[in-house]
Amino acid sequence: MLFSTWKKRLLTVVAIAIAITGAMTPVIAGPPQPAKGRGDKCVADTEWMRRNHMTALHHKRDDTVHEGVRTKTFSLTGCIDCHQVAGTDGRAVTVADPKHFCRTCHDYTAVSVDCFQCHASRPGDPVTTGSADSGHHPPGAAADIAALDRYLKEVGR
Amino acid sequence: MIAKADEANGGCGAGCSCATRASDAGEATATTRTVEGADPVDVGRRWFMKAATAFSTTVIAPGVTLMAFAESDPAIARPADQPVSSKHRFGLLIDLAKCPSGCSDCVTACSTENGWKLNGRPETDAQWIRKLTVTNRKDGSSFSLPMMCQHCADPPCVDVCPTGASFKRADGIVLVDKHICIGCRYCMMACPYKARSFIHEPLEDQKPHAPRGKGCVESCTMCVHRVDAGGTPACVEACAKAGHSAMIFGDLNDPASEIAKRVATYRTTRIRDDLGTDPGVYYQNL
Amino acid sequence: MARITFQRLEDHSTLFWGLLGLHALIVALGLGAAYYMEHHGHVVTGMNNAVVWGMPHVFAVFLIVSASGALNVASISSVFNKLAYKPFARLSGILAIALLVGGLIVLVLDLGRPDRLTVAMTTYNFKSIFAWNIYLYIGFIAIVGVYLFTMMDRGVSQTPTATRTVGWLAFGWRLALTTGTGSIFGFLVAREAFDSAIMAPLFIAASFLYGLAFTVLVLFTMCRETRQMLMGEEMIQSFRGLMIVFSFALLYFTAVKHLTSLYASEHHGVEAFILRDGGIYTALFWIGHVLVGNILPIAILAFGSGEARPFSERQAMTIASVLALMGGLAFMYVTIIGGQAYPLNLFPGMETSSSFLDGEVARYAPSLPEVMLGVAGISIAMLVVGIAIKVLPFLPRGESVTA
Repeated sequence: MLFSTWKKRLLTVVAIAIAITGAMTPVIAGPPQPAKGRGDKCVADTEWMRRNHMTALHHKRDDTVHEGVRTKTFSLTGCIDCHQVAGTDGRAVTVADPKHFCRTCHDYTAVSVDCFQCHASRPGDPVTTGSADSGHHPPGAAADIAALDRYLKEVGR
Repeated sequence: MIAKADEANGGCGAGCSCATRASDAGEATATTRTVEGADPVDVGRRWFMKAATAFSTTVIAPGVTLMAFAESDPAIARPADQPVSSKHRFGLLIDLAKCPSGCSDCVTACSTENGWKLNGRPETDAQWIRKLTVTNRKDGSSFSLPMMCQHCADPPCVDVCPTGASFKRADGIVLVDKHICIGCRYCMMACPYKARSFIHEPLEDQKPHAPRGKGCVESCTMCVHRVDAGGTPACVEACAKAGHSAMIFGDLNDPASEIAKRVATYRTTRIRDDLGTDPGVYYQNL
Repeated sequence: MARITFQRLEDHSTLFWGLLGLHALIVALGLGAAYYMEHHGHVVTGMNNAVVWGMPHVFAVFLIVSASGALNVASISSVFNKLAYKPFARLSGILAIALLVGGLIVLVLDLGRPDRLTVAMTTYNFKSIFAWNIYLYIGFIAIVGVYLFTMMDRGVSQTPTATRTVGWLAFGWRLALTTGTGSIFGFLVAREAFDSAIMAPLFIAASFLYGLAFTVLVLFTMCRETRQMLMGEEMIQSFRGLMIVFSFALLYFTAVKHLTSLYASEHHGVEAFILRDGGIYTALFWIGHVLVGNILPIAILAFGSGEARPFSERQAMTIASVLALMGGLAFMYVTIIGGQAYPLNLFPGMETSSSFLDGEVARYAPSLPEVMLGVAGISIAMLVVGIAIKVLPFLPRGESVTA
């Protein structure tokens, strides 16, 4: 008699556990589906970006802050511009919203980043420079190649 | 390098398969390097280079020309991929005869441009630039001037910073690398000009070109994002727009520049010049 | 003297557990305060853009300065070869490490970005005296650690040369360390209150006094705890003499610093502020630092004890030590916060004003969280010492010392 009560209780617990798991399933189901960026393709192959975007950003950050190199490729503002996700108010969402491009994967993999404690997590107004053009977004491909060339030479020296 | 990259991806437009070949090219270079056995190789950077080569040859169509800096100052403009150079020393000259005491357009422009604002807590709010009123104790006469980071050639803030977050760019602009600032505030103790602010509260909605956040120190960047694009700082622009044109920005190292000519021709003053910090901000008619 | 033997603390009194519990509680509160400051930003402290270093720095610098002074006793025994001090050398070493650790934890937890401690440990600007200090701190802990090993290891302690050599190294290092701490302020060209080479010897004199005061208080607490006479009358007399000398040294350097400043017209403003018009800073300087921190301890030690006097020797030492430490906190407050409160002189001879509060004496009122964090530094140090003397034989046995 006692044994069966115990069994019943266990069953109840298991049932509740399954129910809870079931209720939570949509949250954790499958890999995340980050919103598609604008334009045809990313600055690099998606697989490559998934693996290496942090290194690329880290490298770029030092070049930009210390050397003033402001090519578009790997610029965080470039990423934010392309990968903006529209919110209900029509403006792009900030990182406070779980739909934010960066958050979709970072929430899933439980990797927290502190980029957005300082950096804007959505595009701002177009930058004016006083007398020049909108500087920080040149097409920059040739410039990138030239930069890579320099580094390769440095490495091969 | 463009030619080399073309070779590596066989001159085709794009495609993942090319990445491998480009990567091989990077590998080959790196190997040569190792065989030569000179200085130790920065493995992380080499790895990055390989990967970067792979992606760039994959994605970027060859033959793209450098963008033209149509409207920018040709003496200052620099291609986006080129690092800053010590050929330049950027500075400001402020003619106080043209700077009315009631005007604070430079302050407003800086605040709008860089996203700092006063929240009614003058002790803890950040101020990158302020109008300073200077009064003579003897006769009570006074004048005012805009005060901000003086972008010293020998900046005390850079000397004392334990991590090197406080640094001077090759072109003389003094900045805080907020990625490695630990928020110790020693630079604020060292600065003779009270030019720096500490972020005392969490911030939201920063400007994309002016990242700033709680726990780091910051100050006037001479609108480095504009300067890098060949432009002028927001304060200088606002001053001109207000019809005063009291502030000019330029390259102190270029004898042909307006600022260098003015510094050479007129008597100019730098604040606390006696400390030997060699400030990059000059005041005329002070 | 008989062979010195050492003991671990066993058989604890309620007092010991009570103290340990109290310190643990204060540490917990301090950590909570640090989290609160980190979460809300420094806006919840009294610190601002003019007084950028506040209460945490007062406590942290006080502890770091005291740490190097706490090594005094060990140095006297191995560097100056005074055998009588040897029984207390181990305690002196562990106390030095504990005080330094307490101070450093406070310093780190007050950073704007304490999460970037790894950055501070891996990215250096070698022109920064602050960066040198990080090496001085780490080196001090390592060297004193080795020093303790040479004193406590059965084999190594048999060769006096080892202890002597490391003792010399530790002595030199502690002088460098406090020179570094003083120079954090002395190297600031733009701050009139600091800008002077005398900050280094001033801090060294302060370290001798505060370090000894901490050592004496810990020893007396342990006498009570072990119910043994850990110090003979002769030793107490020696400590008494040292404390008087150190206190005079501190007064001397304080006087030289201010006299030098007073002589130069350029510094009349800042001197008038600290010595005469500074309100709380003036009060803390004269009453806190000079009177409570030095004159009273000297008076009590010199005239307060003995036959037909108000205090016993031990009481006099205890009171003098407590007063010296209170004066120490006042001294740090005047030096660090008073020095920042006095406005920067952007236009010598002129008055300045702005929305950024130029030309005004900076307002600063410490908030509860930052005081909690600072006090927790002392408790961390005491907790470390409390646990250390329980685990390892740092304390001498009473009978082997007084016999």
